[in-house]
Amino acid sequence: MNWDALATYGPRMLQGLVVTLQLVAISITLGALLAWPVALARMSRSRILRGISFGYMYFFRGTPLLAQVFLVYYGAGQFRPQLEAIGLWWIFKDAFFCCVLTFTLNTGAYQAEILRGAIRAVPVGQSEAAMSLGLTPGLIFRKIIVPQALLIALRPLGNEVILMVKGSSVAAIVTVFDLMGVTRLAYSRTFDFQVYLWAAVLYLVVVETIRRVWDKLEHRLTRHLRSA
Amino acid sequence: MHLLELLSFGPDGWGGQLLSGTWLTIRLALSTLPFGLALGLLMALAKRSRNRWWRAFGNAYTTIFRGLPELLTIFIVYFGGQIALQKIVSLFSDAPVEINGFVAGMVALGVVFSAYASEVFLGAFNNITRGQYEAAYALGLRPGATLRLVIVPQLVRLALPGLANLWLILLKDTALVSVIALEDLLRKTSIAVRVTKEPFLFFGVACLIYLALSMVSSIGIAAIERWANRGVRRAS
Repeated sequence: MNWDALATYGPRMLQGLVVTLQLVAISITLGALLAWPVALARMSRSRILRGISFGYMYFFRGTPLLAQVFLVYYGAGQFRPQLEAIGLWWIFKDAFFCCVLTFTLNTGAYQAEILRGAIRAVPVGQSEAAMSLGLTPGLIFRKIIVPQALLIALRPLGNEVILMVKGSSVAAIVTVFDLMGVTRLAYSRTFDFQVYLWAAVLYLVVVETIRRVWDKLEHRLTRHLRSA
Repeated sequence: MHLLELLSFGPDGWGGQLLSGTWLTIRLALSTLPFGLALGLLMALAKRSRNRWWRAFGNAYTTIFRGLPELLTIFIVYFGGQIALQKIVSLFSDAPVEINGFVAGMVALGVVFSAYASEVFLGAFNNITRGQYEAAYALGLRPGATLRLVIVPQLVRLALPGLANLWLILLKDTALVSVIALEDLLRKTSIAVRVTKEPFLFFGVACLIYLALSMVSSIGIAAIERWANRGVRRAS
């Protein structure tokens, strides 16, 4: 163990970890908000809405996250006068906000696909039964379909959170000092390979924690489905 | 007009550069695939082994390489490989060692691929019922022949959808090797951006090239699935 380096960069790496968690938490939350209208548009009767949501999901699920980050972060610089004119430049000049924006768009596309699959996986008998009880379509969707779909979506959503934790490391390449960014900085100063292993341990702890919490959550939320 | 000129293949255009980057991306993904598949199958066998140490090893491997960010795995293989190789070489000579970025990228991406692939293979193995082995035994097939003629063809069919997904993910993950100075599509694009100051155009084009690659892959995958599912009767 290199104790000097640990004393110098250990606390900074923990700060980086906090930045990573912030990035993930904000992007996942905003992405979840974005995913609903996109998933509904994807399933709507309007061809235009379906086309737009399909194009959006296809683009963000089919291209590398790093390329998307570059497109937003460097690409926005080209439109600086226009962005300044509408007062949005403060988002695009900051690497952290650029990453939040890109990650939100990225995870929004993935979460929309998860929601769409989950909603379609609810058996048709459920809405038929609700209809025969005289419930209105809106009520059926909110009270019958959505709660069951969310249970189906729970596991893939957990995987998506983990993928976001891992994916967020590309923020380091556009100068954000998340866990990966601090690790790269520490390595460039100390040339001690250990820092990468410390980062690996931290990432593994985060991912395993999320996985276990998610297992517990799923176990609790599906307790009515298990026989006693 | 000016923009089209930038993308052309002439002396002032970057078309040729982008094309050579795309070619490296494809080569990297294609050379990672067999390595990752073989390692993934080995890990699946380890996790099914009767020896608990093999099982523990397989499970730890999967947990670690599915939990680490791909970018970190690439750095660890690239810098760690460099250090390890240097130590080995320094036993014999003082020559400085330069690790090959392509090989480092291939190993790192292959290791990640194999961790996910081993789970796919494991699921496929679990879907082959014991009756298949028993029927093969009853026909007098030796264990090797059973594996080759009965199990593997079914394994391929069952694992294919999962592996196809992993291939599409691999294709996108190759973009990460641009950080270890490998001249892939994204790296070439970044160079073009630095010279031309047209980031939106070039990164947009790079994204479209990645999209095209996955579209072509999807067509290929559909063809392979048709081939693997030949002779399987559908329920409807």
